[in-house]
Amino acid sequence: MSFVFYLIAALTVAGGLAAILFKNTVHCALAVTVAFAGQALMFLALDAQFAGFAQILVYVGAVAILIVFAILLTRNSETPKDGVYSKNWFVGLVIAAGVFAVLGWAVLGSVRVLPGPGGAPTATPAVTVLDIGNALMGRYVLPLEIVALLLTAALIGAVIVAMHEKERAK
Amino acid sequence: MNPLAGYLLVAALLFSIGLAGALTRRNAILVLIGIELMLNAANLNLIAFWRYGPHPEALTGMMFAIFSIAVAAAEAAVGLGLVISIHRHAKTTDLDAMNRMKG
Amino acid sequence: MIEQAISFTPQLAASPITEILWLIPAVPIVASGVIAFLKQPKRRMAATLAVGSLSFSLLLAIAAFVHVLAGWSHGAAVRETVNFIWIQFGTTHVDLGWVLDPLSAVMLVMVSFVGLLIFIYSIGYMAHDENYTRFFCFLSLFAGAMLGVVIANSMLLLFMCWEIVGLTSYLLIGFWYQKPSAAAAAKKAFLTTRVGDIFFLLGIVWLFAQTGTLLFYNNGAGSIETGALNALLTQPAALGLTAAGAIGLLIFAGAAGKSGQFPLHVWLPDAMEGPTPVSALIHAATMVAAGVYLIARVYPLMQAGALAGGTTAALTVVTWVGAFTAVFAALIAVAQNDIKRILAYSTVSQLGYMMAGLGMGGVAVGMFHLITHAFFKALLFMGAGSVIHGCHEEQDIRRMGGLRADMPLTFLTYAIGMLALCGFPLFFSGFWSKDGILEAAHHWSVARGPFYMLVFGALLTAFYMTRQVGYVFFGTWRGKKPARESPAVITAPLAILAFFAMALGLIGTPAWPWFRGFIESRAVAFDWHGFAEPGLLALMATSTAVVFLGLGFGWRLYGHDAPSPEQPDVLEAAVPWAWAWLRDRLYIDELYAVTVIAFYGWWTRVADWLDRRVWGGVVAGVACAFRGWANFNRFLDTNWVDGSFDKGCEELSSGGGLLSRVQNGRVQTYLRILAFSVVALVAILIWSSLP
Repeated sequence: MSFVFYLIAALTVAGGLAAILFKNTVHCALAVTVAFAGQALMFLALDAQFAGFAQILVYVGAVAILIVFAILLTRNSETPKDGVYSKNWFVGLVIAAGVFAVLGWAVLGSVRVLPGPGGAPTATPAVTVLDIGNALMGRYVLPLEIVALLLTAALIGAVIVAMHEKERAK
Repeated sequence: MNPLAGYLLVAALLFSIGLAGALTRRNAILVLIGIELMLNAANLNLIAFWRYGPHPEALTGMMFAIFSIAVAAAEAAVGLGLVISIHRHAKTTDLDAMNRMKG
Repeated sequence: MIEQAISFTPQLAASPITEILWLIPAVPIVASGVIAFLKQPKRRMAATLAVGSLSFSLLLAIAAFVHVLAGWSHGAAVRETVNFIWIQFGTTHVDLGWVLDPLSAVMLVMVSFVGLLIFIYSIGYMAHDENYTRFFCFLSLFAGAMLGVVIANSMLLLFMCWEIVGLTSYLLIGFWYQKPSAAAAAKKAFLTTRVGDIFFLLGIVWLFAQTGTLLFYNNGAGSIETGALNALLTQPAALGLTAAGAIGLLIFAGAAGKSGQFPLHVWLPDAMEGPTPVSALIHAATMVAAGVYLIARVYPLMQAGALAGGTTAALTVVTWVGAFTAVFAALIAVAQNDIKRILAYSTVSQLGYMMAGLGMGGVAVGMFHLITHAFFKALLFMGAGSVIHGCHEEQDIRRMGGLRADMPLTFLTYAIGMLALCGFPLFFSGFWSKDGILEAAHHWSVARGPFYMLVFGALLTAFYMTRQVGYVFFGTWRGKKPARESPAVITAPLAILAFFAMALGLIGTPAWPWFRGFIESRAVAFDWHGFAEPGLLALMATSTAVVFLGLGFGWRLYGHDAPSPEQPDVLEAAVPWAWAWLRDRLYIDELYAVTVIAFYGWWTRVADWLDRRVWGGVVAGVACAFRGWANFNRFLDTNWVDGSFDKGCEELSSGGGLLSRVQNGRVQTYLRILAFSVVALVAILIWSSLP
């Protein structure tokens, strides 16, 4: 594995770890943004340029901002007395460790069926945006429309949820 | 250790970290953050398999990942809207305090 | 031995009168049942039923007697039986039946005739009693049962009627049950006769076991007919007796109880607590005669094995007991002061005479004295009742006197009875019947003792009867209120009985032994040469002399003026210690109280202890065991079963409580559970797909 991969991986993982470990919620939001960025770099390292840029646009540009907005809107003036971790946080940790163990086991157990170690990447796929566009409008047009519907519904829904409360609070 | 296994392990690690965050933090927003991390890990899985799979020109993995990103964004919006409205109601985002469904 | 008359042919087939013979006891018993349901005020109906039923029985009895008489006069020895099977178990069966022969015919007439007279007498005597109806119910039941005893051809039927007679005796002695002395006397009578009856029952059972039948006469197969008797004679019993002798003695024990022989005589004097008609009927004429009749009925059994002219062990015992009782009771009678008690002891004494007569002279001798005694003793008792009634219920002879002038009719009849009892020569039946016994005693081959005892008894009899008559009818009146004569309904039966007391002698004289011939089914003819038997005239002279001696002695002491109640009796002043012994009945009752009754009291205490401690303890123990078991079950149920069930439910509900903690309303918990489940399932999936 190349050095670049390890670097990007470390960056992403560190960002993720930081996101769940910091006490200050805003710091967590910023850390997760770093993780999103690292993720985008991973995509680019995998020759999925469109996905990488879409990741940056959507996640870093929208989701992270959204998270920050939400944090700022739901801030209480004082920090919680009992700490930021829930009761029985250890159980959650153990479960997460269990999940990683299982997944790791699955991956490592199936290494021999994955494409061979010595083999170079099979071939860099020549994927252009044109191809993606054609696919979107051709083969994947139904999912596209459904996603569009979904996004519309989500938009309206979020507005309604946030708005009604506001009226009642008045 | 072939590259695919490496990417998959990283994805597994990210997923676990995201799960740990969702399971252990008190703040509802941090739970959502954890969920976003998990989704990211899944997307990484998809792209890795697309890249090292037999037919990258079919664009299946890429499309899946793109749609997943879109859906994740929508879900994040709705989720955070919900958290905000809950905060209005209960004056807190502490998940430990929200046990109205206790049976 | 049954002397089969040479010229008399046995007549065994049942004639019409024998077929309906069962009505004679049945009608009074049915009348008794009807009277039992009558209300107390229906006195006239009760008396009419009783008297009417007994009159009917009397008519039938006379018809039966005439039938036997006719048969006898034509040379037939009548013994007609009607037998029937009563119970059958397997191949053995118990039979009942009745018999009509001279013995039963004579007894039937006597019992129903004397009984009827006493019934009529009771109408007057009990007129002031409030329990009049109950009295006639019991009297009727008694009469029916006694007639049943007389006609019974089966030992079992005889025993059943015997027991009913005992029961009615108890009921009648204790008729005035509110008096403690009457209730005690009734109980004493019942228990004392019971002692005799136990031996009687043993005898019956033994007889049935040996001979297989309880019928007396059954065309040769009866238990006292020759076949059975021969079988019994070959069976040895204890003490050198044969089975016949032993059974005979056991039956005599029962007769001794009922007829008041020593030592079972103690109930008879106390039985005077009953009303006077009861004393007259039951304890003079009929019930006490039942014992004598029983011995007469089973005489072939008693006599079995005797050689010609000899006697058997059973009859010897009967004779000695009878003779002893005669003297014993006569001695006690001398010192008594109650008018009825003197007569009671006199009855015991005369019953001893009858038993001795049976033992020494045979059925006819004993039965003749029984018949004559029935008449004059009933007469005496009824006369005594008339005296008591006239003296306003006074019974102590020391408070009477001079009643000859105030109650002439009573005096006349009483005197006739008294002379008959003493055996005044020639005109009174008692003389002939007692003489028959003395003659048999004189000729007895075993010993002379009974003869001398009986002669001495005759002397005593004359003496104490004269004493009594002197106290009551002669001298001056020593009572409080003046006496008066009794009404005709009381004195008329007295007169009738007085006639018979004299007239019955005619059928028993040696010149014309009609009675003997009738009973034994032999031909008789009037023959003055009957008096010419060797020693007979000397014997008659001896007994006459003895009677006059007793009469004279008594007259000299008590004839002119008897002492008043405060002064002692003449003899008492002379020999006070002997007098005290005799007056206190020779202390037999006290002896029994100390020995038998004390033992019985001890035994009841032992039985009571056994019952309460041992059996009661067992029962209580069983109950305790059950209770303990029940408690144990309850404990098990409450603690284990219920407990475990409750525990189970508790566990379930706490388990539910525990499980409900899973649903704590917190999202992260649910999430954790989800994640864990996924992990588990995936692990299983992978693990299962491994090669």
